[in-house]
Formats: sequence, structure tokens, C-alpha cells
Amino acid sequence: MNQQTHDILFRSLSDPTRRAIFERLCSEGEQTVGELTGHAGISQPAVSKHLGILKEAGLVGGRHQGRQTHYSAQRAALAPLIDWTRRMGGFWDKKLDDLENLLGRMDQ
Amino acid sequence: MTETAKQTRSVVKERELAHPPDKVWRALTEKHLIEDWLMQNDFRPTVGHSFELEAEWGKVTCEVVAVEPHKTLAYTWQAHGLESVVTWTLSKSETGTRLRMEQTGFGKEQEQAYRGATAGWNRFLDRLETVVAELD
Repeated sequence: MNQQTHDILFRSLSDPTRRAIFERLCSEGEQTVGELTGHAGISQPAVSKHLGILKEAGLVGGRHQGRQTHYSAQRAALAPLIDWTRRMGGFWDKKLDDLENLLGRMDQ
Repeated sequence: MTETAKQTRSVVKERELAHPPDKVWRALTEKHLIEDWLMQNDFRPTVGHSFELEAEWGKVTCEVVAVEPHKTLAYTWQAHGLESVVTWTLSKSETGTRLRMEQTGFGKEQEQAYRGATAGWNRFLDRLETVVAELD
């Protein structure tokens, strides 16, 4: 996964309202904008905007049925969060190599 | 939070370095030396000092939380809206220094230490464990 995709995911989840919407889709299953609005405490356009951002991050998918769109959580999109440890581990391995290299070049 | 979950949120690296602790300490705390191995920075080894690390992939926002010369250095490490804490521990060994780096990612302990800013994330991540358990 590239850095940009990764940023989009983290940014989309940095907002508490969006986390709440995502959690609700995880726990309750498919929901329409109307159903989500009833619980979010904000306007329907605002919920739609949040859903758009979650969709961009791949966290939410939409299924059209008649005039309604049913939104659902795409849990697999969370993988980068779960991979955090592995990625940071690789980062520090490289940095510690650089540190060791610097120590070899430093004066006492 | 289960022990396993805690482990998945921290990274631990240990190295045996053939250099004395005071030298390793300098590399960890002097601005121009940090720049050599880590990133561009405006670091100062003072508790409460806020600083930024700049990499090609973006900025990391940090605040020094612990300084014990030649022994312990800790700072917060915030990037992409996720906060973690990086702790360096130096101990003298027969051949030089045993250096330990632990990065704890958005763990519960932060909730108290850093006043709620990450609390939402922590609750979310706790529930996320349930979500992830359902993944293949």
C-alpha cells in the first residue's frame, strides 16, 4: 500500500463522527443515509459528506437498491492499521542501522 | 485490552552497540547528529519541548516526555492523526551499550498521559480488535 492511500485511510478515521459511522456500520450491518442520520446527530448532507470520505478510503461500500443506497463497512480496508507494528518495525530497523553507522563515524 | 493486543501495538528493537552510553546519548539528543541518522529536526532534550521531524513522506510531531541523561529518552510521535510514544533506554554493557527502543502505539496508558486527545482513537481501536477478529 502506498503512502497516499495510507494517509487517506488515517485521515478519514481521524474524525470522531466518521469513526462512529464506521463503527455503526460494523456493528449494525448495512444502513441507509437516513438510518445513519437518525443516530449521528448531524444533518443528512453532513452524513453524506462523511460517507463520501469513508468511501474514498475504501472503508465503506454502497449498494444501490431502487432509490436508496445501502452502505456497509469494508473491514478489509483497515489492514494498514493492523499492519502498523510491522511497518514501524521495518522503519526502525533501517534507522537503527543508520544510527550504528553514524556512531562508527563519530569522534569519542 | 488483552496482552496480545498490547503487543500488536508496540514495536521493540534492541541493539548491542560497541560504543559507550554517553556517545550513544549524544547521537540520540544532538540536533545535527539526529539529522544524520533519523530525520531533519528541531529537537532539544528538555521535557515539554515540542519538535517536528521531517521526512520525505511527511512530518512527525513530537513532544519530549522524559529525559534522564545517558539512560532514558522518551517522546511522543504523532503522524497521520495517530499518536504513539517512542522510548529509548540505554544501559551500559561489557562491550558498550545495550540500546532498547520501544514504540508504543496508541495504547491505553496514553489516554491518561495525554489527556483525551487520543482517547477516541483508543476506544475505537479497542473495538477494532473485535472487528479484526472477524476478518479471515
